[in-house]
Amino acid sequence: MHRFANPARFLRMAAAVLPWSAALTVGCLGAGLWFALFDSPADYQQGETVRIMYVHVPAAWMALFVYTNLAIASAVALVWKHPLADLAARAMAPIGAAFTALSLITGSLWGQPMWGTWWVWDARLTSVLILFFLYLGHIALANAFDDPTRGNRAAAILALVGAVNVPIIKFSVDWWNTLHQPASIVRIGGPTIDSSMLTPLLLMAFGFTFYFVSVLILRIRAEILARKLRTLRFAQGEATA
Amino acid sequence: MSARIAEFVAMGGYAAYVWPSYALTAAVLIGLLWSSLRALRAREADLAREDGRGESRRRDRSAS
Repeated sequence: MHRFANPARFLRMAAAVLPWSAALTVGCLGAGLWFALFDSPADYQQGETVRIMYVHVPAAWMALFVYTNLAIASAVALVWKHPLADLAARAMAPIGAAFTALSLITGSLWGQPMWGTWWVWDARLTSVLILFFLYLGHIALANAFDDPTRGNRAAAILALVGAVNVPIIKFSVDWWNTLHQPASIVRIGGPTIDSSMLTPLLLMAFGFTFYFVSVLILRIRAEILARKLRTLRFAQGEATA
Repeated sequence: MSARIAEFVAMGGYAAYVWPSYALTAAVLIGLLWSSLRALRAREADLAREDGRGESRRRDRSAS
């Protein structure tokens, strides 16, 4: 793992990956939108509102996927003091927060016509709202100290403590009574969804994943430069003092 | 043709829920990409400026 600790090595690898991940983002989202809006049926119960699923469900998957990565990066940063892990965690948090906000808002826009309410305080919705606050807390904490290593450390501990929320979100629809429908893709016994709906769903999910990879690379690059800048200014402050 | 477009836009009466979902998703993802790119460019410019200052200071010192 420490082979990737060197920013130069990471930057070389990132430069090789970025054109591919960017192209795959555009390709998957383009094809996904085509199927989602034009080439998939309306649901027999939910009518055309089922098309909200193609942005809502992948956004919710990403909210959990990004948080899992955030927790792993935080563990690597705390245990092995890997210099890029802190930067990766800082770079991930805003992306995860964006996907979580999207899953909450699109869920609300789906809930109003189907359930007759924008919001209920049930297990699934409440635990995802907590996930959103965990992301915001991580961003605030990481920037709350003059010394960035202290901020990163505090934020990493928060990310690890908050990781218990991830399985709670996943299984909340099985453990508690809720308006939210149970899992229909990632479940024991295989998906219960028709392939005409599974195709756009998976394309959008892959598109969001490649989007995450692309934006993450840009944000880690910015974090590496910011750290370089701090060291440079510190060294110059020493020299002039 | 225009009737079919109108039907598509109407989304079976759910246009007020379907289209905001897609529009918001697009806005948030494009906004985050844009702000990430802008931050990266800003850091690059900062670093170029800082590098230039370091260079000139070293030159001053060696000249004096």
